[in-house]
Amino acid sequence: MSKILIVAEHANGQLNNSTAKVLSAAKQMGASAIEVAVFAADPAAIAAQAAQLDGVTRVRAVANAANANALAAVLAPQVAALAADYTHVLGPSTTFGKDLMPCVAALLGEAMVSDIMKVHGAHRFERPIYAGNAIITVECPATRKVIATVRNASFAATGNGASAAPVEAASVNATLPSHTRFIELKAGASDRPDLQSAARVVSGGRAVGSAENFAIIYKLADKLGAGVGASRAAVDAGYAPNDMQVGQTGKIIAPELYVAIGISGAIQHLTGIKDAGTIVAINKDGEAPIFEVADIGLVGDLFKIIPELEQAL
Amino acid sequence: MKILVAYKRVVDYNVRIQVKPDGSGVVTEGVKLSPNPFDDIALEEALRLREKGVATEVVVATIGPADAQAHLRNGLAMGANRAIHVTTGAPIQPLTAARALLKLVEKEQPQIVILGKQAIDDDCSQTGQMLAALWGRPQATFASKVEITGTVAKVTREVDAGLEVIEVDLPAVITTDLRLNEPRFIKLPDIMKAKSKPLETVTLESLGVESGDHHKVSAYAPPPKRSKGVMVKDVPELVAALKAKGLL
Repeated sequence: MSKILIVAEHANGQLNNSTAKVLSAAKQMGASAIEVAVFAADPAAIAAQAAQLDGVTRVRAVANAANANALAAVLAPQVAALAADYTHVLGPSTTFGKDLMPCVAALLGEAMVSDIMKVHGAHRFERPIYAGNAIITVECPATRKVIATVRNASFAATGNGASAAPVEAASVNATLPSHTRFIELKAGASDRPDLQSAARVVSGGRAVGSAENFAIIYKLADKLGAGVGASRAAVDAGYAPNDMQVGQTGKIIAPELYVAIGISGAIQHLTGIKDAGTIVAINKDGEAPIFEVADIGLVGDLFKIIPELEQAL
Repeated sequence: MKILVAYKRVVDYNVRIQVKPDGSGVVTEGVKLSPNPFDDIALEEALRLREKGVATEVVVATIGPADAQAHLRNGLAMGANRAIHVTTGAPIQPLTAARALLKLVEKEQPQIVILGKQAIDDDCSQTGQMLAALWGRPQATFASKVEITGTVAKVTREVDAGLEVIEVDLPAVITTDLRLNEPRFIKLPDIMKAKSKPLETVTLESLGVESGDHHKVSAYAPPPKRSKGVMVKDVPELVAALKAKGLL
């Protein structure tokens, strides 16, 4: 039977929602135990949150001042040391997991599966390649450990269970490097819903025209209670910050409602929204590829349509 | 200071990928091949560091079939001093690639290894991190700004929460994000010059690398298609359609 370890992602004392999504994938792998490892300077509060999640059998809290910030070079040897007890080590396919998990795999001498989007059992998974234009089924040998990241957009978050799992302090025997130092995080301060977990997302593209004009996107988003995204073109042009980029190399999201405004719909962008419930496209070019995937399309000038739409809501 | 750049050849990003009808792979015959866009950014960054006087030599390396020589010449034309071609008949997985790159690192002793953050064919985003772990050196992934001062690199990283700044001691591995730089265009005289630049060929077998290709791909499939949507003609119709779906 499989025994799975999930590496928790967290920030500011809060467990990141991605952990509950990885848990949903783990539960489909037919495991006898699913444990969560929390690495932090003070992991107690985060570990307590992880212990609440339905299906978690134990939480292992690794307290260390060196774990105050998530540095892959510092975390990887600790995860690798814990991995001895497990058949699977899973992390989220966020920048946190993408940075860390390949290091864990390499230290263990294992190959890694990136971006699991479907689980067919303990050793068989589907993942996207070529910006999601092909889906492959990957077979991992049952004799080896599975090291993988799970694509957030493909799994719903597991909720809390009836009772909390035990939390145990774990000590790991690993030499931690000092060659990598955290300096600062410049986070985009925002009261809006988080792009990766928002039920509704409004995104703007190059046609929005300027950073000032992006106000129109924010206004509509606020009216809808939506998170805000942007195409690569809009981010490259400086209209929106990098953490808003949706697509193959940005964030892959799956909101119930996605409103693409002035986005032509390059393949790389469409990759990021394929799992959205309903896609609405507003673009003045009726031939734009975004309309090939849109559930509802409206051709016209966004600067006329958006204020009108805002009024109508 | 020497910089090693991992430079992969992939199906051009403009090609519409087709899965073979029998599900045995994707169609790569007769399609345009190009440098992985993130690797172009990696090479550009290395060249800029050389132009600033931080680096003295830029070496590009690829792991691929015999015909990948033309691809390396492309990297030389862009400005690399020399190239290393690790030849292999079959495609390899990231762990094997990282082990092979480690062999090159041990031989070349670079202070910085720059790779793209992911290759746009397999989209794994693993090789740079695996190399750093195997090498026991720092990594700065998803870089959007790199500043070298002495033996320390200060790197701004594009992370989900915004921009993270870290400091790493050299030697180190850096992987590039999109906004690190805009790669230069290659000029015709440079293509001519590249023909006489040194290009070393070694076989993957001769490096003595243990294969890390543990995974098998048992099926290729096209992605599920979204069904064709409806076009509305104005805002009231749009609002009505959203209401009909229970979204408003």
